[in-house]
Amino acid sequence: MMFDVTIIGAGIIGTAIARELSKYQLKILIVDKENDVANGTTKANSAIVHAGYDAKVGSLKAQTNVLGNAKYEKLCKELNVPFKRIGSLVVAFNQEEMETLEELLQQGKANGVPNLQLLNQQKIREIEPNLSKEIVGALYAPTAGITGPFELAIALAENAIENGVELLLNSPVTKIIKKNNHYEVTAGEDTINCKYIINCGGVHADEINNLVNEESFKILPNRGEYNIFDKSVGNYVNSVIFQTPTKHGKGVLVLPTVHGNLLIGPTADEAHHPQAVETTSEGLNFLREKASKVVPNFSFYTVITSFAGIRAKVATNDFIIEESKESKGFINVAAIDSPGLTAAPAIATMVVDMLQSIMGDLKINENFNPNRRPVIHFMELSKEEKADLIKKDPSYGRIICRCENITEGEIVDIVKRKAGATTLDAVKRRARAGMGRCQGGFCGPRVMEIIARELQINITQVVKDSPTSYILTEPTKTNITNADTVNLVAATEEV
Amino acid sequence: MLNYDIIVIGGGPAGLAAAIEAKRNGIENILVIERDRELGGILQQCIHNGFGLHVFKEELTGPEYAERFIDQLHEMGITYKLDTMVLDITESKVISAVNTTDGLMEIQAQVIILAMGCRERTRGAINIPGSRVAGIFTAGTAQRFVNMEGYMVGKNVVILGSGDIGLIMARRMTLEGAKVQAVVELMPYSGGLTRNIVQCLEDFNIPLLLSHTVTNIKGKDRVEEITIAKVDENRRPIKGTEEIYKCDTLLLSVGLIPENELSKSAGIVLDNITGGPVVNESMETSVEGIFACGNVVHVHDLVDWVTEESRRAGKNAARYVKKELKNINEPLVTKAEKGIRYIVPHQIRVENIDSKLDLYMRVDNIYHNAKIVVKSGETVIKQVKKPHLAPGEMESVTLLQKDLINLENRELTVELLEGGEQ
Repeated sequence: MMFDVTIIGAGIIGTAIARELSKYQLKILIVDKENDVANGTTKANSAIVHAGYDAKVGSLKAQTNVLGNAKYEKLCKELNVPFKRIGSLVVAFNQEEMETLEELLQQGKANGVPNLQLLNQQKIREIEPNLSKEIVGALYAPTAGITGPFELAIALAENAIENGVELLLNSPVTKIIKKNNHYEVTAGEDTINCKYIINCGGVHADEINNLVNEESFKILPNRGEYNIFDKSVGNYVNSVIFQTPTKHGKGVLVLPTVHGNLLIGPTADEAHHPQAVETTSEGLNFLREKASKVVPNFSFYTVITSFAGIRAKVATNDFIIEESKESKGFINVAAIDSPGLTAAPAIATMVVDMLQSIMGDLKINENFNPNRRPVIHFMELSKEEKADLIKKDPSYGRIICRCENITEGEIVDIVKRKAGATTLDAVKRRARAGMGRCQGGFCGPRVMEIIARELQINITQVVKDSPTSYILTEPTKTNITNADTVNLVAATEEV
Repeated sequence: MLNYDIIVIGGGPAGLAAAIEAKRNGIENILVIERDRELGGILQQCIHNGFGLHVFKEELTGPEYAERFIDQLHEMGITYKLDTMVLDITESKVISAVNTTDGLMEIQAQVIILAMGCRERTRGAINIPGSRVAGIFTAGTAQRFVNMEGYMVGKNVVILGSGDIGLIMARRMTLEGAKVQAVVELMPYSGGLTRNIVQCLEDFNIPLLLSHTVTNIKGKDRVEEITIAKVDENRRPIKGTEEIYKCDTLLLSVGLIPENELSKSAGIVLDNITGGPVVNESMETSVEGIFACGNVVHVHDLVDWVTEESRRAGKNAARYVKKELKNINEPLVTKAEKGIRYIVPHQIRVENIDSKLDLYMRVDNIYHNAKIVVKSGETVIKQVKKPHLAPGEMESVTLLQKDLINLENRELTVELLEGGEQ
């Protein structure tokens, strides 16, 4: 089968580009090595929509950050994804750090970040009473916000598919051959023919590039560890709190999540391989130590879980968004580390423009629907809406996840959607069942039952994440079939 | 709006005993709300025996123990709703709950009895570093899979934490054909009952590694190996003592936490140590007319004690409905001193005690030949000699009502006088 465009990588960048391209009459495929979309860098990061003062003036990062940020309200509304513009503070503890804030302020202004201002101690206390009393000033960026990174990528993928894009999971790209006027891509067991390739391979983008081109960049995987805390401390801070970057490092962030938890992180260390997403005791201690400087009275025992993500850094420290010099129609969208999530919507339009200049004007897809079918969040409904919904579909009256109050109806819905959930982690990412304080202890067995029923598979085939991440090994009574049980009962009764 | 005299939230051993006792004391209009598909709570997955020695003077399995109460509930005609989740309770005792048949309900109760039980502490809560792979279960979840759903969760197992569920699951997994390599305990003593250490570990030659912990979990998709290290007296891993265990499963039995999200929504005051509501002699919380009993108040090690405590809650809830509970004198306040971690109840209105009252408590370490001493000021009210005390075994001291009348000092302290500390 011949596709116009193959997008390699179903993270936030790949899905944003796919959805943007689905506005045109193109045959598009997204291919990913993982068992779900959004399963790399996208699933584990700070979830911040940055204001844009951080990037060097004139860099691609600076340009796409401010543009991307401005697109978030509309995008998240269309896709029914949480987004809150809660603002950010970069806090300073001394005069030297105040000077850095002044530089950031100037850089931000040059980058076109709106409404930046420096706050004094009193003003900081008013808006963030729980921060350290030692903080002397802060740079306030009202346009900064928070979102759900994997929810956004999942929504982008779903909407793209609704608009005609195809998705191929569990298919690592291992070979790309240049033919006369197209590419032949080996992805898992499939062979894909396409005219254009967009490489959104994240931490593997260099490997993908090197399949067909000379090495032109090297991804340096960089691990970041995080702690997530109970909702009881979710409003400990109201905005995203950064520490002033110094020669000793960037410090760690403290911020609320869109779902009302508190997030602290990340660490930053070189990972030994691109899949190194394990947490370390050193990392978790580091988080505690660094965060204590900003929130000295915080109770760390409210931690629910920890996680680590991998970021795709490069030595040049800027995004790479360009057509390969050797391979026409092969576009690298690589080295997308922070602020990649923020920049994604702008990167998507940039790539579409690039393709237009290569392919000529693209025909508009008249049937494009920007709106994803709304996702029901039972607990956010009014009493009347809840009652009505249960009348229509009683499965919304059965709570499966007790911590987050997620209903069976919500879980069935996210299994049935396009780019739907097929694993325990996929359900967790989409419907939050298992995200709460019991971490799936109670709902895990029930969720597995629902997945098995809806996908018509055996419960032992339900996995945590990857196809080999099995949860159950076998039935406890392996040699007894239902028929045997009946016979056994009969035999016992005779005795 | 639906209306009940007493609504019991939770149909496990605590809720069942409380509901039955309330009915026995003359309350007709009772509703039990259970979120699971059947009554009995966690007892239904505890298919081992050892239940009921105190209450029934015989040894029952969990489901058998539960069945006696469920049968009684049916005989007494107490109404209950299964598969029903309480979403919220208010201080004015309006409950909102939801299920598939009644939809969203708002129910007014005169009295609420909280009996939601507890949940297990997770890997995340104790911050074990390493890969986030499949094959890490809390012991209770594994127990549900094996005993109720009928599936094995792994074949080569290490268990962290020697709480009772961890010990029980060590035996259970072994009986189902898995290899249990070790039970690892951070503390220098087990948090479980002595009888469980003997019957579940020693009888099966499963090593118990005291003062050890899991410091890392490795694996690509499923657990492949874990690192176990010795810990020092401050419970910090000692470098150089790490040992690798190849396994496919890690079970966690690292503590139980009373489930008090609903209690918080009603503004109930909680005790920082137990994690459960502050209660008085009648098992009434800081919100008048809301009672609590069982593991939602403090984690018990024997269901028999849950039953006794819950009967007290049920009986007093009935007395509250009948306006028989008194508020005459300033209550006595119990205070845990040297050697004692916590005491339940927290407050005692002496006029409401029949003739005697049991104080439940846990000690903070292993002690031998010690004395539990209850005092009001310098006056000793009661002292009990104990040959052996351990944090894993709940202690109780029975106080007589006559000894508590007209005490000048309204603080009742409980402390340990040591014979020999290990």
